[in-house]
Amino acid sequence: MASLNTYRGGPDERGRFGAYGGRYVAETLMPLVLELECAYAAAKADPGFAAELAYYLEHYVGRPSPLFFAERLTRRWGGAKIFLKREDLNHTGAHKINNTMGQILLARRMGKRRIIAETGAGQHGVATATVCALFDLPCTVYMGATDIERQKPNVLRMKLLGAEVRPVNSGTATLKDALNEALRDWVANVEDTFYIIGTVAGPHPYPAMVRDFQCVIGEEVRSQMLEAQGRLPDTLIACIGGGSNALGLFHPFLDEPAVRIIGVEAAGLGIETGKHAASLTGGSPGVLHGNKTYLLQTADGQILDAHSISAGLDYPGVGPEHAWLYDQKRVEYVAVTDRDALAAFQECTRLEGIIPALESAHALAHAAALAPKLARDNLLVVNLSGRGDKDVDSVAKALGMAL
Amino acid sequence: MSGRITRRFAELKSAGRAALIPYLTCGDPDVETFARLLADLPASGADLVEIGMPFSDPMADGPSIQAAGLRALKCGMSLKQTLAIVRAFRAGDAATPIVLMGYYNPIFIYGVERFLADATSAGVDGLIVVDLPPEHDEELCLPALAAGLDFIRLATPTTDDRRLPAVLKHSSGFVYYVSIAGVTGTKSADARAVAEAVERIRRRSSLPVAVGFGIRTAEQAAAVARSADAAVVGSALVDEVAAHLDAAGKARPDLVAAVLGRVRALAEGVRGARRVPA
Repeated sequence: MASLNTYRGGPDERGRFGAYGGRYVAETLMPLVLELECAYAAAKADPGFAAELAYYLEHYVGRPSPLFFAERLTRRWGGAKIFLKREDLNHTGAHKINNTMGQILLARRMGKRRIIAETGAGQHGVATATVCALFDLPCTVYMGATDIERQKPNVLRMKLLGAEVRPVNSGTATLKDALNEALRDWVANVEDTFYIIGTVAGPHPYPAMVRDFQCVIGEEVRSQMLEAQGRLPDTLIACIGGGSNALGLFHPFLDEPAVRIIGVEAAGLGIETGKHAASLTGGSPGVLHGNKTYLLQTADGQILDAHSISAGLDYPGVGPEHAWLYDQKRVEYVAVTDRDALAAFQECTRLEGIIPALESAHALAHAAALAPKLARDNLLVVNLSGRGDKDVDSVAKALGMAL
Repeated sequence: MSGRITRRFAELKSAGRAALIPYLTCGDPDVETFARLLADLPASGADLVEIGMPFSDPMADGPSIQAAGLRALKCGMSLKQTLAIVRAFRAGDAATPIVLMGYYNPIFIYGVERFLADATSAGVDGLIVVDLPPEHDEELCLPALAAGLDFIRLATPTTDDRRLPAVLKHSSGFVYYVSIAGVTGTKSADARAVAEAVERIRRRSSLPVAVGFGIRTAEQAAAVARSADAAVVGSALVDEVAAHLDAAGKARPDLVAAVLGRVRALAEGVRGARRVPA
C-alpha cells in the first residue's frame, strides 16, 4: 500500500499486524505473556543482551552463514543469478537455532529453570535441545506421534542431547497438536517454565520476537550482496510453514521497493486436492494458537490437518505478519507441490553437492520456475533454510529407491 | 438481558445454598443422547447448565474434554446445531440458565453479529470463551453484552491483584474461578486455597463466584459450595459419558441414567453444604 511509510513498523502495542496477531490465550497464560513482553523489551534495549547473542551466534552457531553463488543451478535454470543463503551450515543444520539461542538467553535473564518446545520436523526441537544442553536447562519437547515416526533421526538427536521427547497422540498427532500440548504444559507449569516457540506465530510478543531473532539472515544477505555485487538483491525467495526463515530473510528488505519478495507455501498434492499446507493460498482468516491469521479450516471453523511431504511445512496456520503482508500485497505468496519440491531437491543435490531440507526445496522449486523468466543480471537469493540429511529416508521412499 | 443467570443466583442466595453447574460437550456422544441428557439435567439437580461448543484444538482442556469434542465433531456437531439444541431445550424449560463455553474461532467463522443474534433468540444466557482475554473485549465481549448476553470471565491463580480489576471489568452473570493452573480435569485444588481466592474476588466484585477445574466428587463439590456460589463439574461427567460407550463408540443404553445419577450425587453434595439456614 503506497500510503504506508514502512512495512517494518509492526506490530502495534497490542501485538497486531493490521487485523492479525493479538493475544488469544487463556487467562492463566496472560500474565506470563505480559511478563515475557516486558522482559523482551528490556533485553532488546540492553546492549549487553545483543552482545551476548552476537557472541554465541558467531562462536557457537557459526555465523555469518555464507551467501553462495550457485553457478551450476544458474546455468541449468538459465536466467537470474542464483545465490543460496546457507542457513543449512549453521550448527544443528537449520535457521532454527538463530531463534532458540535468542530465546534461551532471554529465559536465563528471566530466571526460568525449565524449557518446553513444540516441534514438527524436529529441527526446532533439536535446536532447542541443543541450547538447553549448552546452558544446562531441562528440556521437554512435544512432538506429534505421526511426526516422530517420519523424523526418527531428529528424535534420537534430541534424546542424545538430553531432552525428553513427549509424543502427542491427541487430535491428529501432528505439529498443531504438539503446539496445543506445549500450551497445556505451560498453563500447568506457570511458575518456572519458558516456552520457546519455534516460528513467527503464537501470542504477542512471539511473532515479533522470533522475527527479530531471525532477521540476522536478511541483514547478513544485505551486506554480503553489497560486498559481492555492489548492490541489493533483486529477488528473494523462501519457503513458508509458520514462516520464520522467510520473515528473517524478508524483513530487512520490506522497505526496499525494488526488491521483489516471494514466499513459497507447500501445495502438497495440489491446492485443488485439499491435501496441502498453504494457509495463505488455500486458507482463510481465523484464530488459533494465540493469534489471528490465515488458517486451514472447515466452513464451521474447525482446524484441518495440513499435508506436505515436508514435516516442517506441515502446519495449518502461518505467522500473522505474513497474513498482513499477504493482504498488503507487499510479498507475493505462491505454492509448490510435493512433486516439484522433490525435483528441486534432487537438482540442487546433484548440481551443487548440497542436500537441501525438503522445506527449502520448495523455495528452490519456485526459483527454478521463475529464474528463466528473469534477466541474467537479476540477483536472486534463495534461503536454504536447512540441510536435508533428516529427509533422506522420506525422499528415498518417495522416489522408490532401494539400497 | 435475559436475566436468567442473575435471577437464578438470587433465588439460590435466598435459599442459602450454592449452585451446581454441570458441563457437557454438545453432541457428545451423539446428538440424540445429548439432547436427552440436557433435557433431564435440571430435574437431576443442575441449577445452571454449561454446554461445550466442540473445537478441534481446545488448548485449555485436558484429555477428557478434548476427546468429547472429537466425538461430537465426528458425528457432525456444529455451532449451528448447538444453537438448535439449545432452542429445543428452551422450548421446554424457560428458567434454567444456559451458558455456552468454548473457543473463539468457530464463533469468529460463524460471524459475531449473526452468532449473537442466533444465540440470543435460541435462549442462550451467557458465554465463556476461553481464548478471549480482556485485551480482546471489543471482538466479542462488548458486542455480547450489548446483545443482552452475559459474558463470563475466567479468573485464575495467575490473575494477581493488579490484573484482577481488568478481568472483572466487563464480567457479568458470574465470575468463573479456575481453581488450578492447568487444563481441565487434571488436578484438584485444596479447599482452603479456593476459599481464599473466592474471598479475594468477592472483595472486588459483587458478582457470584463459581469455581471449576478439578472438581470430581460430591465431597469436593460440597467443599467448594461452602465458600463459592457455584461448583462447576465437567471432566468427571464427560468421563462418565466415555465410560458408557460400547466398543464402536456408541452410547450404551445405561449412559443417560449413569450420567444423570452422577449429577444427582453432585447436587446432593452441593445442597448438603448449605451455608445459611433458609
